[in-house]
Amino acid sequence: MEANEKKRLIKKHSPHTRVLKNAVMSFIFGSIICGSGQIIFRLLQSYIGDARASATLVTLIFIFIGSALTGFGVFDRIARHAGAGTLVPVTGFSNAVTSEAMDSESEGTVLGVGSKIFTVAGPVILFGVASGVVYGIIFFAARLIAQML
Amino acid sequence: MQAIYEIILAALMGGALCTVAQLLIDLTSLTPARILVLYVSLGVLVYAVGLYDLLLPIFGMGISIPLIGFGAAIGRGVRETIISEGAIGILSGGLSAAAAGVTLALIMGLLSALIFKPRSKRM
Repeated sequence: MEANEKKRLIKKHSPHTRVLKNAVMSFIFGSIICGSGQIIFRLLQSYIGDARASATLVTLIFIFIGSALTGFGVFDRIARHAGAGTLVPVTGFSNAVTSEAMDSESEGTVLGVGSKIFTVAGPVILFGVASGVVYGIIFFAARLIAQML
Repeated sequence: MQAIYEIILAALMGGALCTVAQLLIDLTSLTPARILVLYVSLGVLVYAVGLYDLLLPIFGMGISIPLIGFGAAIGRGVRETIISEGAIGILSGGLSAAAAGVTLALIMGLLSALIFKPRSKRM
């Protein structure tokens, strides 16, 4: 192996270069998903009118896409390059739910799929709801105090 | 022109949120599953302090599609149910707001498990 080639390979596989490459790739994929989401949002909004309903629909569409791509085995191939670019949008959430469900089918549909489907969804829902309750208590108390004053 | 500007802003914000997550995965010991939990909780916080409603008109789907939007929906559900129905909103607001997304993800997961053969795990 030539010295130059060796140097290039070391650079290519060094942690520093890998971190940079991952960061760029996740940015590109995250941008594509959210940019195309914005286009879909505008199209839906011109039909439905209501912005919030349209935003919810966009989220549902991406959950559907993430899950379908996981089912067909395509998601992993994209995610290998995209990293957090497909993880952070709701596609990552639906991918986690679907892949855990599919992998646990052999353990039984009722108890296998039924429990493993929550491997990632469980923590996400639990801590999302828990944060919501903390916020709710603070918001309710603040409202109560404001009404008393 | 306005529409293109809007798409670019959404793409920039979405990309930035993903890059931060990627850096957290590569440079700290946070696993992808923990990132998801972090982003959902962060979403509730961002909504609670009023920042989400400020950023949403600017970045649109760039902040709504990442899991931050999921957390913000929980926060908004809690707040609006408390305003309309009182204290019960503390308990009922969050899951009601998240219901459509969670249910779709679960049903899709169940159907996929029944239809498709298992493939490699990601997390």
